[in-house]
Amino acid sequence: MTIATRQLELRAGDRVLVHGLDWSVAAGECWSIIGRNGAGKSTLLRTMAGLRAPDAGAIALHGRLLPDWPLEALARERAYLPQSRSDAFAYSVMETVLSARHPYHANHYWEQSDDHHAAVNALAAMEVDHLASRDVRTLSGGERQRVAIAALLAQDSPLLLLDEPANALDLAHQVRTMSLLSRLCRQSGKTIVMIGHDLNLAHSISTHALLLMGDGRWHAGTVDDALQAPLLSSYLGHPIDAIENKGRRIFIPLEAPHD
Amino acid sequence: MFRRAMHPVPPPLRQRALPIIATLLCVAVASLLVAGMSGSIAVAPAELPDAVAQVLRGRPESLAASLVELRAGRALMAFVTGGALALAGVMMQALLRNPLADPYVLGISAGASVGALFALLMMCAAATVDGAAMAGAVTVALLLYLLARRDMRSGVAVEGGTSMLLLTGTILQSASMALVTLMLSIAPEGRLRSMVFWMIGELAGAPLRVLPWIVLGAALAYALCNARAMNMLALHAEAAATLGVRVGAVRKGLFFVSAVLTASAVTSAGAIGFVGLIVPHACRFAFGPDHRVLIPAAVLGGGSLLVLCDTVARTVVAPTQLPVGAITALIGTPVFLYQLHRMHK
Repeated sequence: MTIATRQLELRAGDRVLVHGLDWSVAAGECWSIIGRNGAGKSTLLRTMAGLRAPDAGAIALHGRLLPDWPLEALARERAYLPQSRSDAFAYSVMETVLSARHPYHANHYWEQSDDHHAAVNALAAMEVDHLASRDVRTLSGGERQRVAIAALLAQDSPLLLLDEPANALDLAHQVRTMSLLSRLCRQSGKTIVMIGHDLNLAHSISTHALLLMGDGRWHAGTVDDALQAPLLSSYLGHPIDAIENKGRRIFIPLEAPHD
Repeated sequence: MFRRAMHPVPPPLRQRALPIIATLLCVAVASLLVAGMSGSIAVAPAELPDAVAQVLRGRPESLAASLVELRAGRALMAFVTGGALALAGVMMQALLRNPLADPYVLGISAGASVGALFALLMMCAAATVDGAAMAGAVTVALLLYLLARRDMRSGVAVEGGTSMLLLTGTILQSASMALVTLMLSIAPEGRLRSMVFWMIGELAGAPLRVLPWIVLGAALAYALCNARAMNMLALHAEAAATLGVRVGAVRKGLFFVSAVLTASAVTSAGAIGFVGLIVPHACRFAFGPDHRVLIPAAVLGGGSLLVLCDTVARTVVAPTQLPVGAITALIGTPVFLYQLHRMHK
């Protein structure tokens, strides 16, 4: 059991987003969190990252409650990709990725050579090594997103929490990033929990899915169990059709009736 | 390997750090020597070693030695004030994640102005004026902390940025400035000049004291220990917590240390403007935003700049002494505009 929630409740103001969530993610699983805008997906991920306290219930990582973890040890166990970021200062891409090595050398003044090695490898994996000396504020949205994912890879933690990793990426990089994440799960034994709006990408790489209704209801299960057209239609509030094509399941939103 | 050769990574900052700091140390020493030599009676470079040696032995005998001792006291005050303001600026910019922040943005110096001007209005002695300035700065800092504690909560669950702190600071600054205006408008003619000079900032009356050096030394030690954490805050804001940084504790530390630095600087020399904004900017522009180099560079650069500005202020239309704050503003404005222009090209 990597990370587990017990009777977790999440609220936004008076609204209950998630109620009584008993959910556990095992090592090597790849979960997609799916739901409408405002259903509490990012709130759940932020809570799992330890950036926000649960409104009720608890979250445990390796059987230890999140608040009981020393921050640096926790940072070596899980990495978090926020949905968006704002860059105020002219840090270079290399400095940005190196900063993700903080939990490994917090007591040193300078990074060590293995940190540089990890950063260079992560940049190459996300195909942004040619941008290493660029000011992060001059990057395009998609390049910035790839640099952020590269930083996540450099953090080298067993659990990855990603809030819309495919955001702003072009089609080719969406597919490449997703297959990289899938390889990390299947070959390197990493555990992934991510938010995404592309059902087809989610279906092709995830092993499990958590559906959030946004009124407290939720549904967790394997991909084959959770990613069913009727269930998705109800959770996403729009009729969805599923077709089998060359062994893959493709989801198509039905056209809205013209009136 | 081939890919790496095609895109060489710049040499690590670690290798550039030492030459940068060594150069700035030389600049700092040079600025102090220039300040010691220039004035209405110039000290020739040939006389300088002997004069400095006499001052260091504590027995200035020659005229040159007396002049150097007199000027060195003021130059050292300028250095510690400039260094403190630049360091406070770096810390405030990291805390608020805003490169346009300066030590005065949260109204701490405005609070000091209220205290100092009130003391000047009451015809208090210089020491009381300093004490009142410190009391004003501390009052505003404490009020800020009480009202905007939310942004600096300890623990992991830090949500949101530092907007509460910034807005509260802006409001407190406006309130303080209203009190300042009120006092200036009711002040008798005779006291107006000293009040206005205090607000522009000047080093003429500042005696050499040890306390500002202790404050600067302690703040520098704190900043260097937290340089990595400041990078993380500047880069990742709240998400720095997921990389192992105690965001609440670092924010609290940055707030208090920069408040004490600002209070110490404005207490000895009044509200000298632009140093806390321009120097961190220029250092970032020249050496990059990494706080591990930026912090020592800003202290040395800020100190040197204020020593040179003060030398200009007391020599350019001698025997009349200009307030040093006017010089920093005159030099700072074009430098800042130039940087801004370059940045947006």
